[in-house]
Amino acid sequence: MMGNLLWIFVSAMVVNNFTLAYFLGLCPFMGVSGKIYTALRMGAANIFVLTVASLCAWFLNTVILPHAPFLRLISFILVIASAVQITEMVIKKVSPALFRALGIYLPLITTNCAILGMALFQTNRGYGFLEGIFFAWGAGAGLTLALVLMASIRETLELANVPEVAKGNAIVFLIAGMLSLAFMGFAGLLSS
Amino acid sequence: MPRKTTPRQDLTRGVWRENPVLIQMLGLCPALAVTNTVVNAIAMGLATFFVLFFSSLLVATFKRLIPSEVRISAYILIIATFVTIVDMTLEAVVPEIHKALGAFIALIVVNCIILGRQEAFASKNTVPRALLDAVGTGFGFIIALLLMGGIREIFGYGSFLGFPLFGANYEPWIIFILPPGGFFTIGFILLALNWWQRRQEERAKAAELAEVAVGRAA
Amino acid sequence: MSPRKLPQAPQKGAEVSAWRLLATLGGAGALAGFLLVFVYQVTQPAIQAYKAKVLRESIQEVLKGPARWDTLYVLDDALTPAPPADANLATLERVFLGYDEAGDPMGFAITGAEPGYQDIIELIFGYDAESQLVLGMKVLSMKETPGLGDKIEKDSAFVAEFEGVSTPIAGVKPTRATGAANEVDMISGATISSRTVIAIINHKLERLGPMLQRYMEERT
Repeated sequence: MMGNLLWIFVSAMVVNNFTLAYFLGLCPFMGVSGKIYTALRMGAANIFVLTVASLCAWFLNTVILPHAPFLRLISFILVIASAVQITEMVIKKVSPALFRALGIYLPLITTNCAILGMALFQTNRGYGFLEGIFFAWGAGAGLTLALVLMASIRETLELANVPEVAKGNAIVFLIAGMLSLAFMGFAGLLSS
Repeated sequence: MPRKTTPRQDLTRGVWRENPVLIQMLGLCPALAVTNTVVNAIAMGLATFFVLFFSSLLVATFKRLIPSEVRISAYILIIATFVTIVDMTLEAVVPEIHKALGAFIALIVVNCIILGRQEAFASKNTVPRALLDAVGTGFGFIIALLLMGGIREIFGYGSFLGFPLFGANYEPWIIFILPPGGFFTIGFILLALNWWQRRQEERAKAAELAEVAVGRAA
Repeated sequence: MSPRKLPQAPQKGAEVSAWRLLATLGGAGALAGFLLVFVYQVTQPAIQAYKAKVLRESIQEVLKGPARWDTLYVLDDALTPAPPADANLATLERVFLGYDEAGDPMGFAITGAEPGYQDIIELIFGYDAESQLVLGMKVLSMKETPGLGDKIEKDSAFVAEFEGVSTPIAGVKPTRATGAANEVDMISGATISSRTVIAIINHKLERLGPMLQRYMEERT
């Protein structure tokens, strides 16, 4: 059991990294990977939302959707969006400090494809409650890792002499390709 | 504020000048994730096209009935309905392709292109113009996916649409059909686009200078 | 999603009642539900038929063409053809027992899944409980490296290694093969993927083997 959970976590984090192997959450990856500090906060907000989404998906999958599988997509997207909004309000009341830290990122993330992607993968693989949570944490840690790596490279890149034609998105994609290539080295890490 | 555009511009701008993927950098997730073969790219392109077309149709038709406070939820509801329809239809008709695309069909829901077109165009324009815009943007998306899929399949498998191109001695560049290949392919496409754009600009500048010189000489 | 696509502030003007908001969303929801139920009803037969076809073809392949088969459920360390009515059939582990034309059992078809090199490898294999031989193996789904790891599915020589191999299976490098009955040559360059395929079969039989044997004995 423990080994299985560990595999789910590590697989989602590095072997099948959400951003670098599944291309999920590319918008924040391209958009807010300029500074390490922002990348870290974005990652933390992601882990939080992913956990909420995993709980919602598990609840819907066990309680409602066996009777109406065709409502999966609609209920996932609506329930996850509302759940995140409600938790956002709760955090605002309970811990203003945490709210300021995650702040503007929460509503942004809700419609991010990594969140729905995680919920769908969790469903397709038939993960239970604990498995789902570990999958969400692994995915969140993976997103954070990719974001922070990218941000640290881009901070260095500002001092580098990038060819004029490669400036902007082109160089970011090429670097992402190299990171993705490096992450392929993690394959086979935990196989039996 | 919506700019004044002609119907012709509605149709053509999404195809190339404002291409959703290559210029606006939207919908990157499907453009990278399922373009390892041309067939997958076409299937994803057509599925997205279908969802975009019918969502625009509905949103433009009912735009006066949808209060602005709940419009985003209403758009998402409409989009998710059509995506589920596409998902089930593909699974029933072409199960092999459905298996290859996996969860990425359902992820069309969160494709920024579709929600973006509803919010920016379909909700503010007449039905025919919303449809022209949807067709143009949809074609632009398909073209971008075909470009990605073509490059990746030709190098990665040495084939196009499954037909071998280079004979048995060709050693495929497997990297192109793996995830890094997706990043590299779009990176190189952007490099080429930048290079082309800069050359155009330089030519325009050179022509201007030449004109000035001619004017002086005269 | 990019920030510029965020909802704008609601337009000021006519105040919209909560009742109308609810009515709009309710109406849209009802319409969506109606459409979806309709498409679901239309597509479901084809989807189920395809799933049944995939299962039938894979059982045919690993058991070498049985005339028919029974579905057995694993419940309380035993196999049963008829689980109690309150059991959830979708979550119970299943094996398939195939019969030939004369009605004699040909062997079990068993599915299994474990993490391979890249992701989960899922396969089905045929197994004769009396002789303890594997009859055949077919990979159902995997995401191993194209050109290397995917040979576990596409390399017919490797797949053929599993026909008639005795259990528990031992994976060996082709150069070190001794010709023993339980040896399977692993694919060079795809050691982890090959080892996973072997491990899936061994682990499954370790757990289910005694149950299968007991079922066959009680049958006669």
